[in-house]
Amino acid sequence: MQVIIDNFDVVLKAFAYTIALFLSSGLVALVLGTILVAMRVGPVAVMRKASAVYVTLVRNTPLLIVLMFMAIAAPKIGINFRWLDVQIGELSFTSFFGAAFIGLALYTSTFVCEALRSGVNAVPLGQAEAARAIGLPFGGVMTQVVLPQAVRASVPPLASTMIALLKNTSVAAVFGVAEAVSRMRALTNNNASDRWEIFIVFALGYIILVELISAIAIFLERRWRVA
Amino acid sequence: MSNVSVLYDAPGPRTVTRHRLYTVLTSVALLAAVAFAVWRLWETGQLAGEKWEFAVTPRYIEAILVDGLLKTLQMAALAIVAAVVFGLVFGIGKLSEHRPIRWVCWVVVEFFRAVPVLMLMILGFFAIFGSMDNVSSRAYWSVVLALMLYNGSVLAEVFRAGVLAVPKGQGEAAYAIGMRKTQVMGQVLLPQGVKIMIPAIISQCVVALKDTSLGYYILAPGLTYLVKPLYQSFNNHVAVIVVIGGIYVLVNLLLTWLATWVQRRFVGEKKVLEVSNLAAVGGGAPV
Repeated sequence: MQVIIDNFDVVLKAFAYTIALFLSSGLVALVLGTILVAMRVGPVAVMRKASAVYVTLVRNTPLLIVLMFMAIAAPKIGINFRWLDVQIGELSFTSFFGAAFIGLALYTSTFVCEALRSGVNAVPLGQAEAARAIGLPFGGVMTQVVLPQAVRASVPPLASTMIALLKNTSVAAVFGVAEAVSRMRALTNNNASDRWEIFIVFALGYIILVELISAIAIFLERRWRVA
Repeated sequence: MSNVSVLYDAPGPRTVTRHRLYTVLTSVALLAAVAFAVWRLWETGQLAGEKWEFAVTPRYIEAILVDGLLKTLQMAALAIVAAVVFGLVFGIGKLSEHRPIRWVCWVVVEFFRAVPVLMLMILGFFAIFGSMDNVSSRAYWSVVLALMLYNGSVLAEVFRAGVLAVPKGQGEAAYAIGMRKTQVMGQVLLPQGVKIMIPAIISQCVVALKDTSLGYYILAPGLTYLVKPLYQSFNNHVAVIVVIGGIYVLVNLLLTWLATWVQRRFVGEKKVLEVSNLAAVGGGAPV
């Protein structure tokens, strides 16, 4: 246990990176996913197809490959995050963070799109018909009637998506972000005798965060439940 | 609302014009994006023939298929078979009438669903298989073990939901004709539950296959293992990542297609068991 007590600040800092990655890419993924789902169920065929192709392609690519593309391939064609150099308190956000953040956001947005689409499918048919009957155009039907309800219905799958994103931030370890899993590996390397303790502590960190997201999801689900 | 068109009316003449405008604008934007990508690739010399040549050279094709794809498929298949067993044991354990068994199974399932797969791989590599001499097979088994634990705990939920989805009267009838608990589960509930579980299991294969790529972090054999040596010898980072990523996409699309086919052929129009929607807690969404 001594290792953990001695390095507790390292553990906390590692999870701070995990949370920063989760919040930033989660937010962007939610926005992107909403745009994708609007395109996907919309009346313009080209948008529908483009969105469908994007979602299918990115969803079926391993996240590691997506991040690899951002961190290794993109700089080769002149798209890089070398300009990124922000220091907030103890944490520094550099090109590694930028690549991981964009990759995670792009990857997660496809799952957000699918979660929202399942929500759109859950809105009763009559509601959309009624919205059209009072003369709302597609934009109005979506923003005033369908999407608000779809968001409520998709809280459980969206929560699953967000939990998956939280766990997926670990993949950023492979590309140089000093988040929880990367720190765990470093600590395990240097303290071979305490591997299990280190593992349990980091696992607990993830479990706490996962339970937090589930709690928020359950709260929102209860609060937004339609009578 | 599987019929999407219910969200909007059949367009009138003005809307048709507007949609045409959107179509043109979107097309232009998409073309511009593609053109920009191609221009960047061209400008930086990534389109040069010799950078893509490895993908049509028999020696490298063989390496990619045998050392890469075959190993990846092997790991994924082993992990899924083990995960099905793990899932059956713990999924049925969660339905047990004995409280301690139920709780133990619940803790195990929730734990492995909440912990990142990459973390399990590292644990396997350093602690569980730490004493193995051959580093390559050490990494191999770490990947298989990690994927078994994660996918197994997701499948445990699938099995539980599948068994619960069988109408209650079936089990009652089985008890009424004098079957014992194991018989009811093994001969009545499971065989019927399995039918609606199969598409979910195949979807889980996609997840397992995608996750084998994480073995990269512990240098496990497989498709991603080849990426580094390839781009180091040809300096063709973009080409290698696109080709290897493409193979994953292709295999996954085949699996998805298989799941849809099985669903249509054997399950019919019944609601699919959505793995990702089973429970918010611990979320089982594809990684």
